[in-house]
Formats: sequence, structure tokens, C-alpha cells
Amino acid sequence: MAEPLTLKDHSTERQIFIDRVVIGFGLLLALTAILVARMFYLQIIQHGVYTTLSDKNRIHIQSLPPKRGLIYDRNKRLIADNVPAKILTIVKERAVNIDATITRIRAIIPITDNQIRAFRKRMDGQRRPFESVPLRLKLTEEEIARISVNLYDLPGVEVEARLVRHYPMGAFMSHAVGSVRRINAEDLQRLDQIAYSGTDHIGKIGVEKYYEKLLLGKVGYRRVESNARGKVMQELDKKLPVPGINLTLHVDSRLQAVAIDALAGRRGAVVAIEPSTGGILVLVSNPSYDPNLFISGIDRKTYSELRDSIDVPLFNRALQGQYEPGSTLKPFLALAALENQVINADYTIQDPGWFKLSNNERLYRDWNWTKNSPGGHGSVNLQKAIYRSCNVYFYQLAVRMGIDTISEYFKLFGFGRNTGLDLPEARNGLLPSREWKLKARGEAWFPGDTVNIGIGQGSILVTPLQMATAVTVLANRGRWVRPRLLMNTEIMPVSGSGRMPITNVPQWDSRNWETVIEAMSMVVHRGNQGFGENGTAWAYIGRGIEYQMAGKSGTAQVVGIKQGEEYEAEELDERLRKHAWFVAFAPVDEPRIALAVLIENGGGGSKFAAPVARQIIDEYLLR
Amino acid sequence: MSQDFVRRMPDAGSGFGKRTNWIETIHLDFVLLLLLIVVSLYGMLILYSAVGQQNGPLISQAIKFGIAILAMVFMAQISPIFYLRIAPWLYCLTVMLLVLVLLYGPVINGSRRWLRISGVGGFQPAELMKLVVPLVLAWYFHDRHLPPVSKHIFWTLVIIMVPVLLIAFQPDLGTSLLICVSGLLVLLLAGISWRTVFTAIGAGVLAAPGLWFVMRDYQKARILTLIDPERDPLGSGWNIIQSKTAIGSGGIFGKGLFQGTQSNLDFLPESQTDFIIAVLAEEAGLFGVMFLLIMYILIIGRGLLIAIQAQDTFGRLLAGTITFTFFVYVFVNIGMVSGLLPVVGVPLPLVSYGGTSIVTLFAGFGMLMSIHTHRRITL
Repeated sequence: MAEPLTLKDHSTERQIFIDRVVIGFGLLLALTAILVARMFYLQIIQHGVYTTLSDKNRIHIQSLPPKRGLIYDRNKRLIADNVPAKILTIVKERAVNIDATITRIRAIIPITDNQIRAFRKRMDGQRRPFESVPLRLKLTEEEIARISVNLYDLPGVEVEARLVRHYPMGAFMSHAVGSVRRINAEDLQRLDQIAYSGTDHIGKIGVEKYYEKLLLGKVGYRRVESNARGKVMQELDKKLPVPGINLTLHVDSRLQAVAIDALAGRRGAVVAIEPSTGGILVLVSNPSYDPNLFISGIDRKTYSELRDSIDVPLFNRALQGQYEPGSTLKPFLALAALENQVINADYTIQDPGWFKLSNNERLYRDWNWTKNSPGGHGSVNLQKAIYRSCNVYFYQLAVRMGIDTISEYFKLFGFGRNTGLDLPEARNGLLPSREWKLKARGEAWFPGDTVNIGIGQGSILVTPLQMATAVTVLANRGRWVRPRLLMNTEIMPVSGSGRMPITNVPQWDSRNWETVIEAMSMVVHRGNQGFGENGTAWAYIGRGIEYQMAGKSGTAQVVGIKQGEEYEAEELDERLRKHAWFVAFAPVDEPRIALAVLIENGGGGSKFAAPVARQIIDEYLLR
Repeated sequence: MSQDFVRRMPDAGSGFGKRTNWIETIHLDFVLLLLLIVVSLYGMLILYSAVGQQNGPLISQAIKFGIAILAMVFMAQISPIFYLRIAPWLYCLTVMLLVLVLLYGPVINGSRRWLRISGVGGFQPAELMKLVVPLVLAWYFHDRHLPPVSKHIFWTLVIIMVPVLLIAFQPDLGTSLLICVSGLLVLLLAGISWRTVFTAIGAGVLAAPGLWFVMRDYQKARILTLIDPERDPLGSGWNIIQSKTAIGSGGIFGKGLFQGTQSNLDFLPESQTDFIIAVLAEEAGLFGVMFLLIMYILIIGRGLLIAIQAQDTFGRLLAGTITFTFFVYVFVNIGMVSGLLPVVGVPLPLVSYGGTSIVTLFAGFGMLMSIHTHRRITL
């Protein structure tokens, strides 16, 4: 310490210190002002921004999916119900790593690639923040247990309870009511994803699809406050979902059961309609499938079995099966001929068992021709031509009317188009005309084509629904009702207007209707007159019947029979045998039910299809 | 000077008159004590909200305040002359303790900061150093000419850098920086020339980019996060985004006591310790923050008044440094939580949960009171 020769100048040191403190304090105030300015900026200028951020942190909207509308049959029996099921969901915002999470879940419970695809599509699509997205539906008890013990390790994964569609009648009603399927990737592209948030299924077929808007209901939501770990602390407000509307169908499940029993496992279809309303009482396509299989994702094996089965259970024969109508077409042709004044009711021919066009050598046989007997029905008038189903008579009628007139009249009964009100999947069948043949086959229409149309064969195709509809119009003596499944909803009556206005068949001479209908009741009731004079169906259904039924059988060839060859059912493969048709309505005077029965490869219509029709009508009218 | 004495005599409020105050007879400063108690109570209220209205942490914090006040009272009884005498020895002892920490301290969260004393528990010598560095520097300048000459500045820097580097090796960069700042504050108050100050600042600014290359990754991340918190919103940016959200959503008057959603729903991390100002800002708004800042300024003002009134260089430098360091803690903490400064672990004085910092602070204020109440009546 060499320097302290000079004395410490306390006064100066103190002054320097005070200066420094004053400057320091000024600096301190300036820095404090910066802090205040910062707070002012955050708390006042940016207040709105941060309030939003803070709310977004804590407030989340959860969807409350609506309860899908129930579907009842006309006796208020439940066809489509909702049952609680456990599903596995993931909330993206809480899952740290989606891929890793899925991989870990897959190690615990089975999940298919399809399910992951649908999940990803939904995850990436329009979605509210913190909305859970389903990965697996319908967990089994065991799966729930296995997932639950691992939940601590799977952030964002939850087991949620949801209502899932259930069809208590199973396969029994599947073709009548349709079904829902899980929403898939393609659906998501066109759906309003907010309306479907929290909903896992959508109507894919039938009534479920057609009335999707009514059945779905309106999604509700609740706003909840949750903490940083996603735990819901309280509910702030909520808007309850509006449940879907319950539907009541015209379908009579008991009658449906009788029809399925009556088919006794044979492939075929039955459509029965209430003539006063057009309500579909029975819509059976056999074989069928259990729609419940599809709800939570069907496994590949079961699906390919259903899809590849030779009996095509997934195919709705009643709406989409297109068959030659055979002789069931004859009453309509007769009506057209009468109205068109090609003939009158007394017009009589001598039936030699064959028909020949004037400039052609080909013989068109009657159905009772065999190699050993020329067949034919002798003297045949219009009514006999119907109750005996005389082909030669109708060959002549057809040729005399010509295809143009025939097409025009058939169209009035709904052939060649879909007249269903809520049956968009129904097919149009095929009503041939000159223009159609030129367009479809590039050929002119030949008179020989018209001959075959006379007995409902050749290029004409109809669906069982179309056949039942035509018979309904017949039963109503020309008054049209459009076939429909929906009877009513709880909120509104069903309006009769549809996409396509259907006009009644013009008010024809009522005697013509009665002539044909009388002939059709003879098909069923005219008996004990000897083989050549009995109604074709009498032997099978006409005995002991307590009401008046009008009917007509039909037998449609599946394979062409060569000129001069005989049809031998026993020699043919079962799948090549003729289709059996029977159309009927009853009671004749005040019809309450009209129906069409088709049995694929069933054989003769009177023998095989008519008894099915009688069982259904018996059940409906007499129970 | 004697004239001063004559003139002051009639003033009842100073000189002899003040000595009649009973609280000063036990060497406490009434104004400072009152301010500290008000801020502590205010802090306890914020803490009660930050811990979710649990009694446990509140009681634990109250006990720490009790211990801290006892430490303050104890420190206030000791004469500044004693502090002056023990300062160099205390410095050497604490440096040795820091060396022991580096050698034998247990590794907690990747760093050695604690010394275990069997039966008593643990303490951090670095915390002690916060007081010891101002103390030893005040001692160093006490009998030297001021403003300091270069040689003294050099030795001062050596005295500062030894503990700073030791602590930086723990590593505890935040504490070592704060100790460094408190040491430099002594130099500043001692009257180091402004030219030297600005030259040093200029050199520091030029050297700053070079620092980037010696910084560790997590330190770089903190700087980057300060510039753009959104670059990693769920990781390093999370804290600052959530604290800014809490502060901003508080508005002028706040969401109400215990009504802060950011803190009560656990979005705000470290809400009881370093980030507690965000809880205050969210629940009590700008007004609540302003009140706290004003209280801090009053404490600092009182501290500076004590420093100015101190009768020797030792007392002046020690009191001034303790007071300004207090402000540095306040500024760094609030600056960090509000997104002005990078995240460094500095608690908010008198409010954040945790015993060590409170005891150190109160001990410092105890020294302040000692300086003030042990004045010779006058000269």
C-alpha cells in the first residue's frame, strides 16, 4: 500500500456515491418503466389476443351425437334400435404421437388397416379441436379390460360409450329396411363433418339411407373447461342434441316372417303391397344376411363369404332382381287389347297348340305341348286364355296389337321404370320397344319379338316390386298408388308427392277391368271342371279358400328351349330351371293386399309360387 | 460539521430523537420492515392462489418467512465493524465451500449446487456468495481511494471472477451472472469512470456474438425461444407462451383472486416459483402488478436512502449494492416471465415459493438495517 499518503477525501467520495446512486435510481426507474410498458402492451393492447388464447387453452367443445331415429314396423315392433357399445377413441391434441399410439394399441387389441385408414381420414378432416375420433368400434369385454390396464400409457386414448345401431330382427328385415355402415373415407369427402361429429355410422342402404336426414338428428355440443392434462373440470354450457325422428314403416314383420317361412329356404322374392296406400307390407329377398355384421366393421372372411356366395345374399332380388315375367304379364296384355279394341271379351280362337307367323316357318308352341301330344286348348276366349294361360291366344293378341301399343300400355302399369316413392335402389327392369332394340342391339324390331312379348318372354324384364306394383294398380282398377315403405313419422304425415308424378291409368271401361279380374279369380277358384277347364292354380291353392282371390301364375324360362325340344325339369341343372311367378290380390272386390312371388328356378308358377302367395294372403286376411 | 450538529439538535425527528423509537433500539428500520412485511403478505396471498389454495405450502412459506425475519433481526444486531472485519475471511471460507461443492456436492438435475451437512440438511454456498461478494468488495474499497484506479479494478475483477467461475462450473449460470452483476454494481457505485463503463459495455456488445459459439444447446434454445416462442410451442416455448397468455388475459383488473384459469388449470408451469408474477398478472391484472412494482420501488428507495445516509464507504457500498441487486432480481424475473429476457432461473424476490432466496434476501436487509442503526450519532 504505497499510495495512502494522501488523505481519503470523504466528502468527495460521498458525493460521487450519491451521484452514482441518483443515476442508478434513474436507470432503475427507466427499466421499471420498460416493465410497465411491457405489461401495458400484454395486458391492455394485446388483451383480446391473450384472452382468446387463454380460452382456447381451457375451453373445449365436445360433440354430443344425436340418438338415431328408431324404425318400427306397422305393428310398432322395433326393426332398428340403438344399443350402447364401448368404442375406442383418440384425441389428437392429447396424444403425443399418433403413430406410436396406434402401434401400441395394435399390440393390445386387433385393429384392421381399413379401420386405421378411416380413422386417419377422419383425424385429418374437418374436426373440432379436442374432438375424439373413433379407432375401433364395439369393443368386447376382454378388449376393454386389456385396454383399460394400459390407458395410463396411452395419452389421448379413451374408451367411450356410444349408442350403436342394432337390428333386432337381423337377417329377417335386412332387405326391407337396409342398414347403416361405418362412415368411411369416401363418405367423409361429401359429408358435413360437423353434423356427423361424434356419429360413427351412416345409412348406406334402403330406408336407412333414404331417410338419413330424418334419422340422423342434430348434433349437440357441450363446452367444457379442462385443465392442461385434458381432465374436464366443469361444464360451461351445453346444447342438447336433437334425436333423429322415429319412422314407422308399412312393413308387417309378422307377414314378412310368414313369407320367409313359405319360401322355405328357396331363392326368391316376395313383395306385397296394400292397394289403398301403396304401403309395402312385405319385402323379402331370400337368402338374406344379418345387417348387424356390418355395423362395427365386418371381418374380411365373413364378408368375402357373403359377397362370393353363389346365392348372392347381399343382392336384393325384390328390388333389383330383373326377371322375365312370363305369363303373369297376360292379364295386362288382355286389358290393353280390350281397351285398344283389338278384340272384345268374346273373341274366341281355336288353339291347335301352336302359332305361326304368316311368312315364317317357326312354330310358337303352347305350354302344354309335348313331343307326344300336340297340346292346345281347343276353343279359347279371353277369360279362358287367362285362367288356362293359353299362349297361342296371346301370341295372336300381341302380334295384332304390335310392340308400340304394347309398350305404351305396359308403361301405364309402371313397367320399365322405378315408381317407388322411397325405394331409390329399385331397378327399372326393361320394357322393350323399337327404339330400345335399335339402340341396344342395333337391330330392327321383328314381329317374332312381339310374339314372345305376348307371353312375357323375350327381352322384357321386370322386378318383383314392379310386378307387385302392376298388380296393385290392377287391384285398384287403374288408380295409382306409389309403392312406399314409410307409413308415418312421429312429426309429420308422409306426403304422397315424389320425384316423378304418376298418372292414373285412364278411366277405361270398367267392364274391361272386371272381365280380366274375373278371369284372374278363375285362375284360383275355377275348379272341378276337368283338367282342361280348371284354373291353372286351383289344384294347388283353390280348395277351401275363404275369400275371393285374383291371381295369375307365370313360368319364365331361364334357358332357351330349342325348336322341337321338350323342357324336362329333371334333366336340367337346378340353376337352369324355370323361375316360378305368382301374382295375386285379394279380396277381389275390396282388395287389401296385392303381391308378387318369385321363386328362382322354382319350376311351375302355379305349383310352387302360388302356395306361397296363398299363405301370405291367408295370414293377412284371416288371422 | 459541528455547525451541522448544532443545527440539527432541535429536530425532534432525527438524531437523538430517532433513537427513542423502540424498534430502532433493537436495530431494526421501521419503514423497511413495514414495507417488507406488506410485500411478503401480498406475496403469500399470490402464492396461496398459485398453489391452488392449499394450506400446506402456505404454512411452509410462512415458516420460511419466520426464519428469514429471525435471520434479519440477527444480522441487524451485528455491528458493521464486525462485518468489515470478517469480510475477507468470510470470502475465503465461501470460496472454499464452493470448491467443496464442485468436489463433493451431489449431482442433482445435472449440476452440483448443494452441500450436505449431516443432521441439518443442505445449503447452497452460491446463495451465501450473493451477500459475500458485495461484502468483500465493500471491504476492499473501504480504505482505498475512490474512484478506484486500474490496479484496484483489476483486483476487484479477480475477486468477482473467482466465485463467478466456480459457480458457472456447477453449472448455475443464472446465479453466477447475478453475482457477477452485483460485483460490477460495487465498482459502479465506487465511482469507476464512465469511460471505463462504456468501454466495457462496448467490448461486451462486440463479444456477444462470440458467446453464441461457447453456449450450450439448451442455452441457445432459450435465446431462440425468446425471439420466437412459437418455434417449439409444446417444448421450450411452452412456458413463455403460457406465461404471456396468463399475463395478457389478465387485463387491467385481472380475472379475480383464485380465478386465474391459466394457473389453476395447470397451463402455467412453475407458477409457484419463477413464474408467479404471471399468476398475479392474470388474477389481479395490471393494477396488481403495478402495486407490487410500487412496493418494490419503495423498498429500493428506502434502501438507497440508507445507503446515502451511511457514514463510511463500507456501509455505503454494501447498502447500495444490496439494494440495487434486489432490483436486478426483480427486473430479470419479470422481464423473463413477460418475454423480454431469456429464461433464467431467478425467483421473484419475496413472492416466489422457496426458502433459500428469502433467507438470503432478509439477511441482506438485516445488514442494511445494521448499517443504518449502528450509525454514530453524528460527526
